[in-house]
Amino acid sequence: MSHQTLKSPASTVIVPATSEAGFLKHLWWNVADTYVVMIRNLMYFVREPQLLIFATIQPVMFLLLFTYVFGGVISFSTGGDYINYLMPGIVIQSIIFASSNTTVGLSLDLSRGMIDRFRSLPMSRAAVLAGRTAADTARGFFTITIMLIAGFVIGFRFADWGTGIAGLLLAVAFGYAFTWISATIGLLVKDPEAAQVAGFIWLFPLTFASSIFVPTRTMPDWLRAFAENQPVSIVASTVRDLMTGTVNTDEITTSLAWIIGIVLVFMPLAVRQYAKVASR
Amino acid sequence: MSSHHTIIAENVYKHFGDVKALDGVSIAAENGKVLGLLGPNGAGKTTLVRIFATLLKPDKGEVRVGGIDVRRRPQQVREIIGLAGQYAAVDEILTGRENLVMVGRLYHMSRRDAKRRAAELLKRFELTDAADRSVKTYSGGMRRRLDLAASIVARPSILFLDEPTTGLDPRTRIIMWDTIRSLVSDGTTLLLTTQYLEEADELADKIVVIDHGHVIAEGTADQLKANMAADFIDITVANPLQAVQASELLRPLSTEAPQTDDLRGHVVLSVESGVQSIAEVVRLLDSEDIHIAELNLRRPTLNDVFLSITGEAIVEEEVKPKRRGFGRRRSA
Repeated sequence: MSHQTLKSPASTVIVPATSEAGFLKHLWWNVADTYVVMIRNLMYFVREPQLLIFATIQPVMFLLLFTYVFGGVISFSTGGDYINYLMPGIVIQSIIFASSNTTVGLSLDLSRGMIDRFRSLPMSRAAVLAGRTAADTARGFFTITIMLIAGFVIGFRFADWGTGIAGLLLAVAFGYAFTWISATIGLLVKDPEAAQVAGFIWLFPLTFASSIFVPTRTMPDWLRAFAENQPVSIVASTVRDLMTGTVNTDEITTSLAWIIGIVLVFMPLAVRQYAKVASR
Repeated sequence: MSSHHTIIAENVYKHFGDVKALDGVSIAAENGKVLGLLGPNGAGKTTLVRIFATLLKPDKGEVRVGGIDVRRRPQQVREIIGLAGQYAAVDEILTGRENLVMVGRLYHMSRRDAKRRAAELLKRFELTDAADRSVKTYSGGMRRRLDLAASIVARPSILFLDEPTTGLDPRTRIIMWDTIRSLVSDGTTLLLTTQYLEEADELADKIVVIDHGHVIAEGTADQLKANMAADFIDITVANPLQAVQASELLRPLSTEAPQTDDLRGHVVLSVESGVQSIAEVVRLLDSEDIHIAELNLRRPTLNDVFLSITGEAIVEEEVKPKRRGFGRRRSA
């Protein structure tokens, strides 16, 4: 038991347990703290299942509306079954919208003083964020799993289960990268009500000016230049190829580069902002 | 400041833009004693606590907690302190027990130790019956008790409580006072902020009065009161229109110009010795046919102290509760 009982009014200099511990111990505590925070965040979905239910109904509704309302028209330009075009795209859309939950969650923790409590504990500095992003990614994964099941019911099929699952995992990894962007925004915005909007407003141009719902070829040139080169389109089309059985190594490399790049930029930004954030 | 001071701030500055939250504050809390930080809203109390608890860095000045430099070794400081902030920082979705176990785990206790400690604290704070209900269903007083319990999970030798009873009803406040007293009876050093004079008087061994980022007075409650030479005589005249007349009549008895409120008919005299003056007050007022509705002799309160130092009374307004996220229920 490494934790000392600290009750020695006679001495003013107290050497705490954590400071004596070695590097490996610290590494382990990072993992353990992250796990504790992740479980705490997942409890929200268990205790308030309506959060999860609505978070799942919305993308399923999107899927059905797009398929049956636009599907007939769009099939002409996609050539083939629209559901097979739409499904991978809407998986990406759902998982990055799920990641915006991170923004709201963190700003609520800030406004309720939870972050102050965490910051006053000798726990790992990164764990509050790492636990939060992991829990929100798990939630996104749950959401798109339900969506895929709905998709199977209305006729979507993986061309190949192996590459299909790979595509699914790529989508989840992309969602995880986006939770770090959302975490940074949440820590910058602080106010929960502002965070509600700030959390997802920036996702609209990224998801609609993209190849998620429709091919980009009918867009005006300036928009097309953006739509074809932004990460959401790139990852969406990679996932689409994987789910329809095509393995394009270049495309996969570019997608992975985006995912790793986003994490490398936003993880340190979020952690730095966490360290200095003053909640009130 | 010597080694028997466990919490030390020397010449600490913290400015937020133009707002000088702390403008050269020096305070020291003695080992095992309770230091009360008293001041109105916005005086800088919370800023100072946040600096001690490693949540904020000071712009300038030296800050040591348990002998450890807060700026240089914050993580070590976090191991020996407990903090309960202004708003009960407990997770609504979790149960009381889960909250305490979580905090224990984040102090790197084993799962079993964290559970045992949680059970112990729930019992001590009389939350055992509610232990496995989600905190959403807790009353304000229960939340504060749970928050307090969370702050001492790791048996800290140094405890910071930022306005622990703000917003609580008087009965719950008195229960909290008992709880806090029992916490410090085993040698914990406590720094407590409050805007309630009564609270500082009840709990603190020493009081530091702070206003606009400056320390404006310090001492024990009795010392602060003794510095004011006088007793006070509060008089309410039956006819408020005679208050000014009464005030002029009694002026020679008072060491300072009497405070006069001609709306309510209040006159307050500060006198060397209340007992000796009171007969004279009655005789003088009677000779002019001014009827007395109420007459009180009292020792100065901390409010008088504050008034005499700053020229303003402490405004005992309730802090507005912070808005919670929308769409969530607020429990009573």
